[in-house]
Order: sequence, then C-alpha cells, then structure tokens
Amino acid sequence: MKFFAPLRNRANMFTALVMLIFAITPFVAPLIGESFYITVFARIMIWGIAAVSLNLIMGYGGLISFGHAVYLGIGGYTVGILAFHGVDSAWIQWPLAIGISGLVALVFGAISLRTRGVYFIMITLALAQMIFYLAISAERYGSDDGLNILVRSDFGVSFFSLEDKMTMYYTIFAVLVASVLVSWRLVNSRFGMVLRAAKSNDTRVQSIGLATYRYRLTAFVIAGMMCGVAGLLQANLEGFISPDMMNWPRSGELIFMVVLGGMSTLFGPVTGAFVFLMLSEILASWTIHWHIIFGPFLVLIVLFARGGIAGLLTRGTRRE
Amino acid sequence: MSEAPNTSRPEALLEAEGLIKSFGGLIATDNLSLEITRGEIHAVIGPNGAGKTTLVNLLAGMMRPDAGHIRFAGRDITRMSAPARVRAGLARSYQITSIFRDFTVLENVMLPVQAAQGHSYRFWRPVARDASLIDPARALLERVGLGARVDIRAGDLAYGEQRQLEIAISLATGPSFLLLDEPMAGMGQEESQQMIAFLRALKGDYTMLLVEHDMDAVFALADRITVLVYGKVIATGTPDAIRNDPAVRKAYLGEEEIA
Repeated sequence: MKFFAPLRNRANMFTALVMLIFAITPFVAPLIGESFYITVFARIMIWGIAAVSLNLIMGYGGLISFGHAVYLGIGGYTVGILAFHGVDSAWIQWPLAIGISGLVALVFGAISLRTRGVYFIMITLALAQMIFYLAISAERYGSDDGLNILVRSDFGVSFFSLEDKMTMYYTIFAVLVASVLVSWRLVNSRFGMVLRAAKSNDTRVQSIGLATYRYRLTAFVIAGMMCGVAGLLQANLEGFISPDMMNWPRSGELIFMVVLGGMSTLFGPVTGAFVFLMLSEILASWTIHWHIIFGPFLVLIVLFARGGIAGLLTRGTRRE
Repeated sequence: MSEAPNTSRPEALLEAEGLIKSFGGLIATDNLSLEITRGEIHAVIGPNGAGKTTLVNLLAGMMRPDAGHIRFAGRDITRMSAPARVRAGLARSYQITSIFRDFTVLENVMLPVQAAQGHSYRFWRPVARDASLIDPARALLERVGLGARVDIRAGDLAYGEQRQLEIAISLATGPSFLLLDEPMAGMGQEESQQMIAFLRALKGDYTMLLVEHDMDAVFALADRITVLVYGKVIATGTPDAIRNDPAVRKAYLGEEEIA
C-alpha cells in the first residue's frame, strides 16, 4: 500500500485543484461578483470533513455506518442548545460537542461493532434515528422546525471572531486540512495498520494476537468526534440547527460522497463532497426535477466507476 | 536428579483434557485428551471429518469447548480469547491461506511483529519508517526464504510462497508453540519437500502440532502421532507404533495405505 504520492497522478492533481479553489474562493468570488460561493464552498468543506471522518471507518476499516450523520447533529445540537441557554464560549461549546460526539460514538460503536455486514448497517441506522427522533421530540429546542443560533461560538479574543466571514471560512478550511492530515497519519500508523488489516482479514488479525473489536471501536470514536467537529462548524456557519441535519438521508449522502470520491483514498471524500454538492447545486438551478438526472448519474458511477473519481482519474496507472 | 512428585509432567507444554465440542447433533470432538511435550512435533492425522480443524480451532481459541480443559505452559487457558492465547505464545496457521493479500509481504510480517511488541494504540508515527518493525520483519522473511520478495504484494506471490508467508506471519508473533493446520495443503511434490525442510529447520525452536493429510510429511517430521477418528483419539504413539497399530490400519482401510 503506497503511503503518499504527491501530485504524481491525475487524482492528486484534481485534489490539489479543489483545495486551491477552496483556498482562494474568498478572494476570487467577490471579484467575479459571485460572493455567495463563499458560503457554498464553506458548506461543501464541512461535508468534506464529515466525509473524511466516515472514510476513516468505512474506507479504511470496512465499517459501513449508515448513521454517521448523527454526529453532525450531536455536534450541532450541543452548540445550539448551549447557545440557547446563553453559553456562547467556544471553549465550553467545542470541547463539549466533541466530547459528547465521542461518547455517543463509544456507546453506539460498542453495540453495533458486535455485528457484521447488513446487521451493522441496520443497527447504526437505527441508533442514529433514535437520536433523530429525540431531537424531533425536543419541543423546547424547536422540534422539527429546528432552532436558530443567534451568536456564533465566541473565542473571547478580539483578533479571532467567527462572526467575521473570512475567519469563519478559513477556520473551516483549516479544520478540513487538519482532518485530512489526521486521517493520513492515523491510517499509516501502527493503529491504522491494524485497522486496514482487520478490514481485509479479521480472523487473521485476531490470530496474530490483536483484539480487532477494540481497534475498530477506537476508530469509530475518532470518526465520531471528527464528524462532531463538522457538526459544530455547520451549526456556526448556518446559524441554525434542525433534526434534518442528522436524518438518515444525510448519512446516505455521506456514504455516497465517500464512494463517489474514492473509498480508502486520502482526499477522495473531499473531492466526492465537492462534486456531489456542486452537481446537485448546478442541476437544481436548471430544473426542479434535478433528482431525475442526479439519481441515474449516481447509479452509473457506482456501476461503472469503481474506485470513484480517484479510481477514474488513476485508471491506467497502477492502483495503490 | 529426581523428578519432583505431584507435578503433572512438567515437560508437557500443551495439554487438552476431555475436550468435547458438538455442532447440533454432530460430535466433532469427543472427550479428547492430548499432551504435547515441549520441543516435539506432534502430528494429528485422521480421515476427512475426523475433527482435526475443530481441534485446532479449540486449541487456538477460535471456538469454545462444550466441556474439558486446555492448559498451556501450566496455565488453564480454556476461557482465554484467541488474541490473548497468541500473546501467551500459542500461534496458529491456516489450512486455507490467510494472509493480507493487498499488503506487501513485508507489511504482512510487520503487523504480527508490532502485535508481539504490545498494543498498537500508536496513532501518529508512520510504520513505513519504523525500524523497530521493519528490521525484525525483514530478518524473519530472510530466514523463511522470502527475503527477495519483501516489496511484492502478498496476493501476487506464488502459491508455495504464500504458504511460507502464512507460517512466517505466525512465527512473527514470537510464539513458543505453533498450531499448523495442513501447511502442505494444495502443494505439489516439490513445494511439499521444501516445506518439510523448512519445518524441520524450525524443529527444536518451536513446539508444533501438525495437522496434515500428507503422510510423507507426517512420517518425515513427527516425533509422535495422534490418530483421530470421529473426534476420538484412537491411538497415540511414535511413527513406528502408529504404522503398526491395528486400529489405525482398520480406520484407514480403503482410504489410503499408511506410509
């Protein structure tokens, strides 16, 4: 398994291009009079972070979680509920959002990782929907209408305020870069080696003395916390939370972004999120029946482009 | 030099006592007792369906016996998990080649090396530059004759080489005991001969339980042989004793001539 191949193939060049677009958008978008792209790309990057976190367990660990969006919701609701009660400090909101996401992932993982295959998919889905319905029944926090967040997380310093559009944007960008970096180091560490090995041959890993369950659970918790960060960023960016952000179609979309971009590739989830959301944005601007085009497109990708965009672009060169 | 009384044969490294395992109505292991002495190669033979692989699974901890006890190096390990048994020094290889096909040959062995060094909760440092994993893994691959193949994808190895890698993975866990489930399975004449030479070279360093169909290999390697039929031990003894045992001859009648 190759570890890092800087720009050696078209997939990496495509990734670099996407990252470059993310990096310069706040400067370029106003010049071409399309300032709204700043918010669009900020949104895409958040989905990118969530997809990177899912890829950690799904791509590298072989664990197809159909409830991963629940951590978007938990991260978002932690921020939203705290803000609702007047607690705006990022120093309280963020650690709590990440901590609760990790705790929920620990409990959900401990239960679901005892199963395999279709059962794992169904259990992660069921557990996530449990939290979704909990949010729906929380009348105090807006039930299914959701909750407006009036103030963004406050770091208490003058030079760094998320109320500033640029600061918000580049914070998200930095977290995206960090999440890719973390997953790169993780995957190639001793821990990552066990995780990848367990994906390809679980019983063999056990018979060399490693309890795969615990390693998977650890990965599940890390991925949950990372996705929790995406959730807290989403709540901050949109200034709004609702149960819909963790409903099961969101989990399905996350899975699709990962598959579209290229499972178990470092940047695949980021390009996947980019292409998925840009395409739905563009199609939706053409026709309100855009799902009729989008649906078959997704089917074709799954059928004919194994390895996703990363696979398409590296076709012909040796697969890693 | 007198043996201390009351100790139960201190040289027995692995002991199974009254093991029973049934699947539904089928009794795969029927009150089976076995004692394997430190340093010996102990072969287990028997016709198809005699319960040989079940025995390996019970000893390795992949299955729990319905009754009976297993002791390893003086400890009762009957309830111990499979990974814990490996850490205690009891490694197994598989009848059906069980390697990490998409990993390189080197990475296949680095993984058990890191497992032998303790837990793998190290999240940051890349393994690709970790000499404490690479060096022992290379040395071991050199020793099993795969030294020139370290960077090849394991799935691209020739079949015989994959079987060697299979055993190298088990060796890399640093065991004192090897459970070998048909190491010659699917091998040609020449490959089998190489494997026999390979296992003979390991003799003395490891205690081995060898489950095997290839009678040439069994009689070439084994110090003692246990014969299983329908989950029961019908004979245990030296190769010569087994060869002449009437019960064994009867069990194998119509199947194949013993050696």
